[in-house]
Amino acid sequence: MLHVAASETAAMPETRSEAIRIENLHKSFGSLEVLKGVSLTAQRGDVVAIIGGSGSGKSTMLRCINFLETPSSGRIVIAGEEVAMRPDGSAANRRQLERIRTRLAMVFQQFNLWTHRTLLENVIEVPVHVLKIPRAEAIARAHDLLKQVGLGDKAETFPAYLSGGQQQRAAIARALAVDPSAMLFDEPTSALDPELVGEVLNVIRGLADEGRTMLLVTHEMKFAREVANHVVYLYQGRIEEQGPPDQIFDNPQSERLKQFLSSVY
Amino acid sequence: MQAFFDMLGLGSSAELLSLSPPGWGGNLLRGLANSLKIALGAFGLGLVIGLFGACGKLYGGKVTRDLLAVYTTVIRAVPELVLILILYYVGTDVINKISEAMGGDRVEINGVAAGIWVLGIVQGAYATEILRGAIQAVPVGQIEAARSFGMPSAMTMRRITIPAMMSFATPGLANLWLIATKDTALLAVVGFSELTLETRQAAGSTRAYFTFFLAAGALYLVVTLLSGLVFARIENWARRGQPSLKGAR
Ligand SMILES: Nc1ncnc2c1ncn2[C@@H]1O[C@H](COP(=O)(O)OP(=O)(O)OP(=O)(O)O)[C@@H](O)[C@H]1O
Ligand SMILES: [Mg+2]
Repeated sequence: MLHVAASETAAMPETRSEAIRIENLHKSFGSLEVLKGVSLTAQRGDVVAIIGGSGSGKSTMLRCINFLETPSSGRIVIAGEEVAMRPDGSAANRRQLERIRTRLAMVFQQFNLWTHRTLLENVIEVPVHVLKIPRAEAIARAHDLLKQVGLGDKAETFPAYLSGGQQQRAAIARALAVDPSAMLFDEPTSALDPELVGEVLNVIRGLADEGRTMLLVTHEMKFAREVANHVVYLYQGRIEEQGPPDQIFDNPQSERLKQFLSSVY
Repeated sequence: MQAFFDMLGLGSSAELLSLSPPGWGGNLLRGLANSLKIALGAFGLGLVIGLFGACGKLYGGKVTRDLLAVYTTVIRAVPELVLILILYYVGTDVINKISEAMGGDRVEINGVAAGIWVLGIVQGAYATEILRGAIQAVPVGQIEAARSFGMPSAMTMRRITIPAMMSFATPGLANLWLIATKDTALLAVVGFSELTLETRQAAGSTRAYFTFFLAAGALYLVVTLLSGLVFARIENWARRGQPSLKGAR
């Protein structure tokens, strides 16, 4: 919204349409090196699916983008603005990080809704208190968003009274409420019963059709193939192979990717 | 009223407890008011200390954490009566030394203020542990979600962490409040005229020990019962959004 427009005019022409750029990202937990130099660019409107085995570093990579995890080294550029980093990888400017974070909306595997607030309160929380949008405006928009994800009649309900699928759709509405430049999904359907997966995937599919920029960590290969325009295969902290979905799924080059696909398909 | 007490053979008790002299009821109620003032002040001070203490223990540097560990360990290890004696006499002594060093006179320490400080410091140690546990019980994902949307850390504390931990903290805090009301009785040892001291004086002067201590007991009981009602409402509010456990038995 407002903030995006401002930074775009200032950005260089070649970064104009860039939503997320990760350069040579490294991350270690103690002596365990989880990310060993990952570089990735998502243009605006891109849907990038990130696949890979358990422990390959998918979540860590996603969480480094908004600094929920402190990178060990590398560069993160969001909508043309680089996150200022100290030599140790931590964000150098807290205010800048908080401003950039408002452009990145994350959807978590465990939903992470605020349980003491109703769905409506969950959705307006950040717009009202962080983005300082007038309350009435935020509420009107929240009702629209809840309708969009099929929860128009649940605005006054607390999260604990909803199914996992409903909670995850509410979490998506909460993410949309900040009108993010890019959305980060970390296995949004992995905690759901099989019969609830479809409803959440439908909402995400709708967002892809709207042209939302998304990074999507998922184990749903069929879905990744359907909605993504770029697929990244992570193996032990490195990008082993990436490309358009048809190439990745029909004509994988790397032996490891072939093996991985045959094990999950 | 008088007739009712006479009927029960308690006519003399009613006279002794009457609110205006020569009855001692007024003194008892004044003592109760002082006790409640101190309990409320100490509880409030304890909550403030506890919140900072809990944050310090969870998010502070090594020095902060060590200092807080000493504070909570010492306060919880030493009997409250001893602590009150130490804090009260050391506290007044220090204040007087400072006052004299600055060329002033010895200051008269206000009993209520002293009581609040002394008990507040004791309450703070327990509150630190209660709130630390409650904050740790908040699912970390809820805090991460707030941070991921760019919410500053102080706002996250105020808008997310504290409301979410309230349901974990209220039972412990309710206990702490009841302890505060009863610990005020310990201030009798430093000559502070709260309910217990007033009761002892009334009983001593009239030799009606049974009547007065029973009356004081009843007053403490009423405070406890009313507190129970208040905390039930607070807990109800703190647990909003959480399904009742009744169905899950
Ligand atoms: N906070 C942490 N401290 C130490 N090690 C961690 C931490 N978080 C993740 N790791 C380790 O980093 C590695 C990568 O973890 P990550 O969660 O990124 O994997 P993933 O690809 O998301 O796997 P999954 O598909 O199971 O979610 C794992 O070996 C994990 O044990
Ligand atoms: Mg993961």
